[in-house]
Amino acid sequence: MFAYILRRILYIVPIALGVTLLVFLLVHIAPGDPLNAVVGPDAPAEVVEQLRRSYGFDRPLPIQYLIYLGNVLSGDLGQSVATGRPVIADLGRALGNTLILSVGAAIVGFSSGILLGALAGWHRGGLVDRLATLLTLIGVSVPHYWLGMVLVIVMAVELNVLPAMGMAPGGATGWAFTGTHLAHAVLPVLTMSVIPMGIVARSVRATVADVLHQEFVQALRAKGLGRGPVLRHVVRNVAPTVVSVLGLQFGYLLGGSILIETVFSWPGTGFLLNEAIFKRDLPLLQGTILMLGLFFVLLNLVVDIAQAALDPRMRRT
Amino acid sequence: MSATAAKLPATAGPKPARSPGYWTKVGRRLLRDPVTMGCLAVLLAIVLAAVFADVLAPADPYKASMIRRLKPIGFPNHPLGTDELGRDMLTRLLYGGRMSLVMGIVPVLNALVIGGLLGIVAGFFGGRLNMAIMRTIDVLYAFPSVLLAVAISGALGSGLTNAIVALTIVFVPPLARIAETVTTQVRGMDFVDAARASGAGSLTIIRVHLLPNVLGPVFVYASSLISVSIILASGLSFLGLGVEPPRAEWGLMLNTLRQAIYVQPWVAVLPGALIFLTSICCNLASDGLRTAMEVKL
Repeated sequence: MFAYILRRILYIVPIALGVTLLVFLLVHIAPGDPLNAVVGPDAPAEVVEQLRRSYGFDRPLPIQYLIYLGNVLSGDLGQSVATGRPVIADLGRALGNTLILSVGAAIVGFSSGILLGALAGWHRGGLVDRLATLLTLIGVSVPHYWLGMVLVIVMAVELNVLPAMGMAPGGATGWAFTGTHLAHAVLPVLTMSVIPMGIVARSVRATVADVLHQEFVQALRAKGLGRGPVLRHVVRNVAPTVVSVLGLQFGYLLGGSILIETVFSWPGTGFLLNEAIFKRDLPLLQGTILMLGLFFVLLNLVVDIAQAALDPRMRRT
Repeated sequence: MSATAAKLPATAGPKPARSPGYWTKVGRRLLRDPVTMGCLAVLLAIVLAAVFADVLAPADPYKASMIRRLKPIGFPNHPLGTDELGRDMLTRLLYGGRMSLVMGIVPVLNALVIGGLLGIVAGFFGGRLNMAIMRTIDVLYAFPSVLLAVAISGALGSGLTNAIVALTIVFVPPLARIAETVTTQVRGMDFVDAARASGAGSLTIIRVHLLPNVLGPVFVYASSLISVSIILASGLSFLGLGVEPPRAEWGLMLNTLRQAIYVQPWVAVLPGALIFLTSICCNLASDGLRTAMEVKL
């Protein structure tokens, strides 16, 4: 097991380096001089030249990348062009706020998805199965930013029972476990949970149905085991696949929250990205993308290890 | 198959009944599947409505009117109401379909060519080339698709072409992976060895033996990405990264109408309902196609 973990860690090092390279290149695929966002178009040439040197833009690309990598490794993600604050300072709080939504959506979406999928796989062709298929279809087809708007219209505009946007009254950006904060989180969490619910239900259904068809289940039934013990065996065999789906989906929740955060004006990473895009604040854009990308890579590592812990066969690959 | 049968010397007696070809069978299965046919009909209607928007639209998509802003559904002369600038919603929804469909379909087609080619090359030649291609793809895989799309189009700036470039890059990795997997499987089969033993070159083997076997699954997989692409493309416009105003596009319309949800909520959600309808039909049609083509992914 230890050797397996070591191998996985070694495997993600080049991937993580690739992620930093890609994020580094974002600035250079951007049209125009990256300094345009810092100084106005009519700035004197010597000022521009001095800035270019201070940002290191006058050096060759590979050197620039190494400098960037060094900065990232020492926790320096640069300074926001718009506010002048270090990117990492804003990013910490925003990531926390996004995690609140993602964890909430994961709890709701995963539990309902697993339950629905398991019931559907256990009773294939039944009413629950058809319901699960329909919900899965809706989950993967609905534009969730639109679903968010519809939920706001129904719950906030028409029924007026839940707040429409923000994290708390007055544009607060800090989270607290109070009634108002929780009420503000209900709609974005529900909206976000729809996609993982559908996908989790689909894969749990398929895996459960697949395991139930295997011979060992017949053998267990033939030797007279009741439903409960058979279920326990099935769960043990379904778990590794489901864990990997859950891990991936959690990553997608984190990375995909930008649209939902925009709809609900939630002060998380998506909000930062939005701001970075509109103000053409490339360091902020880079830092946020890098953080979410690395988080996703790390999450994949955790999933691989969890999978190997649940299923010894995995360790050999 | 029928081509080789025709070349055989004519035999005496009644003509043997020709067994239907693969595509005939696929066509028949599709015709017998009411859900898929229904979805294809809806998609055809959406595409035709978008193509013939000039003819069908009752008004000018850019003609604003300060006194007719945000009228409800069923308003005289504006059957689906008006938007925040008083432009006719029905007209803009028809025109909006053009941009949304182009932004949804073109990236998948681009990625089908690029990703398919990369995957086939990686799978066929294996070794170092495979490593180089697939590890690069792995890096792109390290980002959730929404994030990658936002990152690239965020850096490139808004605009239709930039959004299409960003989405193409998002869909290359999954298509390359599926093409690589299928190619690797097919490459190990006996008929490929036989072709090689009979002296066929790499290009001939790829063209004659690999492509027909690889294209089916890759094509079906690509069709399943169209619904994702449509949602993502409109999502980019929704964020202000895709089509620029005043052009009509469903995602962008949804964004500008977001401020109107307190005034005309049900007019504001119309563009999203169309994205939903298109995406759900694409998903169902893709499922139907997969079943009819007997492709397992």
